Amino acid sequence: MVSQKTLTKIQLNTCPTADELAELNIGDVVYLNGLVYTARESVYTGVLDGDLEIPSEFNISEGANFHCSPAANQHEDGSFSLGAVSATASFRFSKWIGRWLEKTKSKIVIGKGGMSTNDYAKHFVPNKTIYLTTVGYGTGALLGRGVKKVKSLYWKKELGLAQAMWVLEVKNFGPFLVECDIKGNSLFEREHKKISLKIDKIYEGTRPAILKRLGETDDRKDELI
Amino acid sequence: MISLKTIENTAAVLMKKAAVEIPNDYLSGLKAMAKVEDGDLSSFVLQAMLENYEVAKEDSRAMCGDTGCPRWYIKMGNESSIEGGPVALESALRRATASATSSIPLRPNRVHPLWRTDHDNNVGIGAPEIEYGFEPEGDWIDLITVHKGGLFGTDYRMLFPSDGIQGIKRFFLDSLVSFGKRGLACQPAIIGIGIGGSKDSCMVLGKRAACLRVVGDKNPDPKIAELEEEFKELGNSIGMGAMGFVGKSMVIDCNIEVGYCHTGGMQMSVHAFCLSSRRAVARIYDTGDVEYRTDPNWFTAYQRRETVEW
Ligand code: SF4
Repeated sequence: MVSQKTLTKIQLNTCPTADELAELNIGDVVYLNGLVYTARESVYTGVLDGDLEIPSEFNISEGANFHCSPAANQHEDGSFSLGAVSATASFRFSKWIGRWLEKTKSKIVIGKGGMSTNDYAKHFVPNKTIYLTTVGYGTGALLGRGVKKVKSLYWKKELGLAQAMWVLEVKNFGPFLVECDIKGNSLFEREHKKISLKIDKIYEGTRPAILKRLGETDDRKDELI
Repeated sequence: MISLKTIENTAAVLMKKAAVEIPNDYLSGLKAMAKVEDGDLSSFVLQAMLENYEVAKEDSRAMCGDTGCPRWYIKMGNESSIEGGPVALESALRRATASATSSIPLRPNRVHPLWRTDHDNNVGIGAPEIEYGFEPEGDWIDLITVHKGGLFGTDYRMLFPSDGIQGIKRFFLDSLVSFGKRGLACQPAIIGIGIGGSKDSCMVLGKRAACLRVVGDKNPDPKIAELEEEFKELGNSIGMGAMGFVGKSMVIDCNIEVGYCHTGGMQMSVHAFCLSSRRAVARIYDTGDVEYRTDPNWFTAYQRRETVEW
C-alpha cells in the first residue's frame, strides 16, 4: 500500500455554530449528526414557486439539505424501509439554491459533484453555508447505515417517492468531504487546476476529429458545469 | 420445459444479488488499484468504496442509493423451451423487477420521460429493457440482470476512417476527461467501447462491452486486445482519479467490441460502468437446476459471428 497523508476527520452537528463551520477546510472528512432532509427539483419548485408549504413542525434551518432520493419504501402501515442513500448531481439545482438557502437558512448542503464557484460566492458565502460532497459517489450502503430513523416523509402523493421530502435522523452519517468551505473555496476547483496543468501531455500525438461538432470546445481545461 | 415459477424466483434472487453484491472481478480490480493509488483524496475514496461493499453485504442493503435502471439480457440455448413462451417470460421478468423494487428496496428510478409519472416499481413503457441472444446448443436459458447507473459517462461520435487510431484515442480521452471531472462518471469504471456497426448497434456494442464483459477478459482479436490494454493505461495516466481528484484510478478495465460498418465511416461509442458495476447471472436448465454466477459470458464466438453460415 502506498503511504498516505491522512485526512482530518470531524464529527459535526447538522446545525453547527459559526465557529465550528469556520474551522473546516476543503478536503476535511466530515460525519454528520442530527437532521437531514432531501430536497431536489420538485421540492424546490413546489416550495419556491408553487403552493407547497414547509411543514411548521419541522425546523428546516436545523437540517442539512441533501440532494438525494433514497432507495426506500413506505409500507401500507406507514412504516419505512430504507436501504441505501446516495447523492445526485448538484449542478442542476443552481437556479434554485440561492432562494432556497435564503428561505431555509440551512447551513449545510450535501450533494454530488459540487456546484460552481459562482454559486458559492453568490449564495453560500453570504448565508454562511458549506457544501459537503458524498464520496465515491457510490457509498450508499455506508450512508444508509448512518440513518437512524426516517422521521417523516412529506409530499409523497404530490411528488412521488423519489422526489418527495424525506426527513432523516442521522448519526455518524458519512463520510463526506468538505467541497466548499465558509469562504467559498472549492476542493474540486483546486484539484481540477492541478490536473489541467499536465493534461496537454496526455493528448500528445492524438488528433482532433475531422468533422467538428456544433459548439465544440477543444479546450479541455474548461470547466463544464 | 423450464417453469415460469423457477424463472420468476430466480429473477428475484438476481435482482437482489445485483443490487447488493459487487461482482468479484470488479472488486479484485478495485483492490489492485487501491494498492497503487498515490493521490491522498483519490485513495481515501477507494478505501471508502471498499468499506461500502462490505457494509452492503453485511447489512444486505443496496450498495448505492442510486440503484440504476434494472434491465435484462436473456440468452437461450437453441433447444430450450419455456413454459408459456417468451411472452410469459417477459411478464415474469417485469413482475420480478417490480416486486424487487419494493422488497429490497431499490430506488424507483424509472419515470415517464415527459410527464415524469413514476409507478414506484421501475416498470413502465419499454422498461425494463429486455434483450435477447441465442446459442447453437443447449436446453438452458441464462438470465442476466444489469442495474446500470450513471447519467454521465456515455458518448457517441461518428468518426471516419481517416481519423484513425489517433482519432479514436482522442475521443476516448475526451470522454474520460469530460465525464471524469468532479467524478460524474463515478470512476474508476469499466470502460466499454463500441466501434463500427451503425449508430444504434455501435451504442449497443459499447454498452454490452462495459456491462457484459468482466474485468480481465480480452477481445479474441489480439490487436484489439492490445488496444484494450493500451487504452486502460492511457486512461489511468491522465492524472485524474476517483471523483476527479488528482490520482490515477480512472479505468478498471477497458473492453472493446467491434461490428462491421459502412465503408465511409467509423462509429465510436464510450460507456462507463460505474463504481456500482451491478450485474448478476443465472443459468436455468431444463431440469430446473439453477447455477448462479457473475460472468455473463455474453460474447461467445457465436455472438460475434463473422461469416454467412455458422
Ligand atoms: S453512477 Fe453508479 S456509483 Fe455513481 S451514483 Fe450512480 S449508480 Fe451509484
